[in-house]
Amino acid sequence: MSSTATAPAALSPRARFGRTATDLLAEREDLAVVIAEISAQHLEDAARAHPERVINVGIREQLLVGTGAGLALNGIRPLIHTFAPFLVERAFEQITLDLAHQGVGGVLVGSGGSFDMSGEGRTHQGPADVALAATVPGMVIHAPATSDEVEATLRAAAADTGLHYVRVSDRAQRTQIPADGAMHVLRTGSAERGSARRPPLTLIALGTVRDAALEAARALDATLLSSTTALPLDGAALRAHAGAEVVVIEPWLAGTSLAAVAAELDDAPRRFLGIGTSRTELRRYGTPAQHEVAHGLDAAGLVRRIREWSRPTDSPHR
Amino acid sequence: MTSPQILGAPPVTRERITALMSRLTGDEKHTVAATSTLDVLQVLYGRILRVSPAAADDPDRDRFYLSKGHGPMAFYAVLAAHGFFPEDVLDTFTDFDSPLGLHPDRLLVPGVEISSGSLGHGLPLAVGAAHALRIRRSPARVIVLVGDAELDEGSCTEAIEYAGGIGLDALTLVVVDNASSSYAVRGRIEQRLRAHGWDALRVDGRDHARLEEALSRRVPGRPNAVIAQVEDKAEAAR
Ligand SMILES: [Mg+2]
Repeated sequence: MSSTATAPAALSPRARFGRTATDLLAEREDLAVVIAEISAQHLEDAARAHPERVINVGIREQLLVGTGAGLALNGIRPLIHTFAPFLVERAFEQITLDLAHQGVGGVLVGSGGSFDMSGEGRTHQGPADVALAATVPGMVIHAPATSDEVEATLRAAAADTGLHYVRVSDRAQRTQIPADGAMHVLRTGSAERGSARRPPLTLIALGTVRDAALEAARALDATLLSSTTALPLDGAALRAHAGAEVVVIEPWLAGTSLAAVAAELDDAPRRFLGIGTSRTELRRYGTPAQHEVAHGLDAAGLVRRIREWSRPTDSPHR
Repeated sequence: MTSPQILGAPPVTRERITALMSRLTGDEKHTVAATSTLDVLQVLYGRILRVSPAAADDPDRDRFYLSKGHGPMAFYAVLAAHGFFPEDVLDTFTDFDSPLGLHPDRLLVPGVEISSGSLGHGLPLAVGAAHALRIRRSPARVIVLVGDAELDEGSCTEAIEYAGGIGLDALTLVVVDNASSSYAVRGRIEQRLRAHGWDALRVDGRDHARLEEALSRRVPGRPNAVIAQVEDKAEAAR
């Protein structure tokens, strides 16, 4: 098989989805992959080996999710995949009614993130996927940031019976964390800037902004937390490590996770800042890196925005 | 195949079903709109579907998906008559804590395979069910009931094209046709289905013998459809 010749670490996150799905199909007879043409090139070996369990419904996204839900209703664990906006936006009612309302689970895998396909324009960009998925009862939302995290996340989600959304973006990060749902401490801000009354800034990085957030945390001497799970959040770790100023950095719509973070951090008065993609349509092509800069999601943009916002004095009320 | 009768239970006649419907609605007489699905459901549960309360979780039971969830009185009455839940539950219809609402909920009503209400969801779910049966090498079939106007939904077009395209022969579509679609032309539903590779028959939706014959029909390698023609909505309203 052609895909086995490539070392897993060398595969892009999206290609790793295809590889992991192929492996899961071989490992479990009660699992199927449903696609709507997209990523068929990553599933060719799987379709040959398991023609009845790689189901390509053509360019039909309502049917994509409905078919996956029909499989789930009848004891087959579905992996349901297309680009994020086609999956979560176009077929949103199918996600709410065919999966959540019927009381069945499944693994929704949306690829492309907010601007992996920057050159394709707005129609292929999914900055609202996490915000929309978060409205679905019981939905667990994952944003793995490396190829290894993609595989670990998919394996755990497939082994579960619930409803999962896995956001696969090819903006792979250098910094890897365990894909275990926990909030991991990547950096601890020093007490030089902080004090008993004003501990260091706390940055929370969700998704493929981890490297830029780490660089920003160093520049700001901030604490950095990160998790591959965007919902539900690891509240105990948040409460253990968060200071009085909390910045949530996410490469999708700004503010998406702020309410959930704030709800976990209701034990003390704090200030919150949400950094993410802008609600204003960018209307630019170019590269994903250019989009990150345009949204202020590069390290320099993060540092600039957080410095503007932070009040590094001992007085909580200026 | 006939579903097993409950010992000592009265036969599920049309009179018995309409009497149970009266417990839901309080009406002695039922409009043709309220009974548009009644004969199809009576034939399905009495003569076609291999389902029973005792085998509600049997992976090889036949699946019946009521996609057209509105006007569920006949469905509830047929399920109660076949012993899926006690008849006195019918008296609670639409109460706050009743399992029986204006659209069926599979998590609340024994024997209900899918929750429905929003149109155009049952047929794609049935496509998934047919795939699951194929994967599991199950001899069961899935029968999904839609209204004629429900076929307006684009999700139905997606499912019709796809199921015909790959020849999903565990799938049967029943269209209860009361010509309620705004742009209905008699005969076009079966033309549309046949154009996409389906076997499709139009029969009198009140004729139990013809319904049984059509619903028993299976065509290897093709999904099939039964268009059950009932009284036109416009005529019935007159
Ligand atoms: Mg109708």
